[in-house]
Amino acid sequence: MVPELNGKKLLLQGNEAMVEGAIAAGCRFYAGYPITPASEISERMSYRLPQVDGTFIQMEDEISSLGAVIGASLAGVKSMTATSGPGFSLMQENLGYACMTEVPCVIVNVMRGGPSTGLPTSPAQGDVMQARWGTHGDHPIIVLSVASVSECFSIIVTAFNLSEKYRVPVIVLSDEVVAHSRETFTIPPADSIEVVDRIAPNVPPEWYKPYEDNSRGVPTMSSMGDGYRHHVTGLVHDADGFPTDKPEDIEAFTKRQFKKITNGFFEIQITKKFNLEDAEIVVIAYGSVARSARHAVAMARAQGIKAGLIQLVTIFPFPKNTVVNVMRQCKAVLVPEMNMGQISREVKRVNPGTTEVFKYNRIDGQLITPQEIFEEIQKI
Amino acid sequence: MDVDRFEIRLSGSGGQGIILASIILAEATGIFEGYHVSQTQSYGPEARGGKCKAEVVISSKQIDYPKAVQLDMMLSMNQASCDAYCFDFKPNGLLLVDSSLVEQVSTSRVVGLPFTEIAREVAGKDLVANIVALGVLGYLCPVLSIKSLEAALAARVPKGTKKMNSKALQAGIRAAEKFDMDSLPRSIIPDEEEEI
Repeated sequence: MVPELNGKKLLLQGNEAMVEGAIAAGCRFYAGYPITPASEISERMSYRLPQVDGTFIQMEDEISSLGAVIGASLAGVKSMTATSGPGFSLMQENLGYACMTEVPCVIVNVMRGGPSTGLPTSPAQGDVMQARWGTHGDHPIIVLSVASVSECFSIIVTAFNLSEKYRVPVIVLSDEVVAHSRETFTIPPADSIEVVDRIAPNVPPEWYKPYEDNSRGVPTMSSMGDGYRHHVTGLVHDADGFPTDKPEDIEAFTKRQFKKITNGFFEIQITKKFNLEDAEIVVIAYGSVARSARHAVAMARAQGIKAGLIQLVTIFPFPKNTVVNVMRQCKAVLVPEMNMGQISREVKRVNPGTTEVFKYNRIDGQLITPQEIFEEIQKI
Repeated sequence: MDVDRFEIRLSGSGGQGIILASIILAEATGIFEGYHVSQTQSYGPEARGGKCKAEVVISSKQIDYPKAVQLDMMLSMNQASCDAYCFDFKPNGLLLVDSSLVEQVSTSRVVGLPFTEIAREVAGKDLVANIVALGVLGYLCPVLSIKSLEAALAARVPKGTKKMNSKALQAGIRAAEKFDMDSLPRSIIPDEEEEI
């Protein structure tokens, strides 16, 4: 018996809501290896996927997990995996393969303290730059972040949609606080959720070129076994999918990778804005810290300080336009993070030169509290 | 009832059922009473033992910061967790302790009842001490009805243990009924300070 979950008010963990979001987005394959604090995703997938005719497999490690996910996606099934820092490090090689072969997939990294085994049960935000640059080579990638149980649901749907639309791996960064917090959440009815699927080839099999450029820069994608020839290689390839060493092909390939993401900035770069209209001091935060920041901004407003917040949902490609527009209007920006300052560097990089950028960092395995951010705002 | 951040912290040793109790509490207030709730926890990498803490924030409005800021109630099931987590009380904040396991407390508004001994008496097992405590907490908690708590408990505990858990909950409620709340000071801030 499959329980009817839609429309019912549930007390769900962030990790559990991610599973429901993935299934709503059409995910029907999951391969993973358990790791705190991401294990609940595997656990729930293991019994939810069979209920919707999906496949769950526990692999021998994280390297093979992402390998299985890429294979399943090539066969036409929406696929994902989830892990934490140590497993995410192991996935970097296959992540590059997914970028190179333009295979849609979603990778969740529930961040914990690191490096190495680090702090398995404590939150951190230390993997932000790894998510962007962890795999080698010049590559575009989409990195999203979640701050609440309801976002765990909705942002996973967004992650699948962007991944399918742009044929790019999408990384979703969560953290121990968001992953393990339980909040009441009502799963929306299936017909109210927008689901995007990859575009299948619309030409006869003999005409199909699997990596041919088009106006969007995103080639159509055949599924293994549907009669279309589709050569898949980690080597730089031409429009036919076969290795090439022609400089003009190589340049065209790499430029198309970037072009397709740049073309989609308008819908890829997602931010949430709070109290920005007249804000003089703006906090820029993401993940669970964004929730502390919202409370801190409310505390500051109650004291008559004109504070506001940009919550970064998309971390990469870094939402430069939004941040720069706000920076032109405010006096100072504060970037609180549970790392030594990874996104504050991005903020400084895009600073039009009119605004002071302050950072506030905590690296002791504890969530930054509203009081701490409020005090930093007061100091500015 | 309009509630703006009613905050409860539950603490004890890993394995005492602190997190389960907090989940039942969150479901009782979130699903059966209809509030916004946020339930969080922190624990060490040990499977058993070590300090364990769970928090439930209850509000009529959407909750931004998911953890506790200023406590309305705190439950402590052993001395180590009472020492470690007994802070951030509101002036009328209430501490509940298992008097069979906690000897020293650092506040004057304390309800001390022997949860573990009561559990042993009614169920023959220490196992349900968390549910006895939950009964006490539920009785003293102004944003929660006993009916909701009973419903949440029945929906969450494993089949075959419902009777035992229900007995434990009722025993906790009875113990709380007998406790003389008027004997406690209304605020942990001394009167002369309050006047300033």
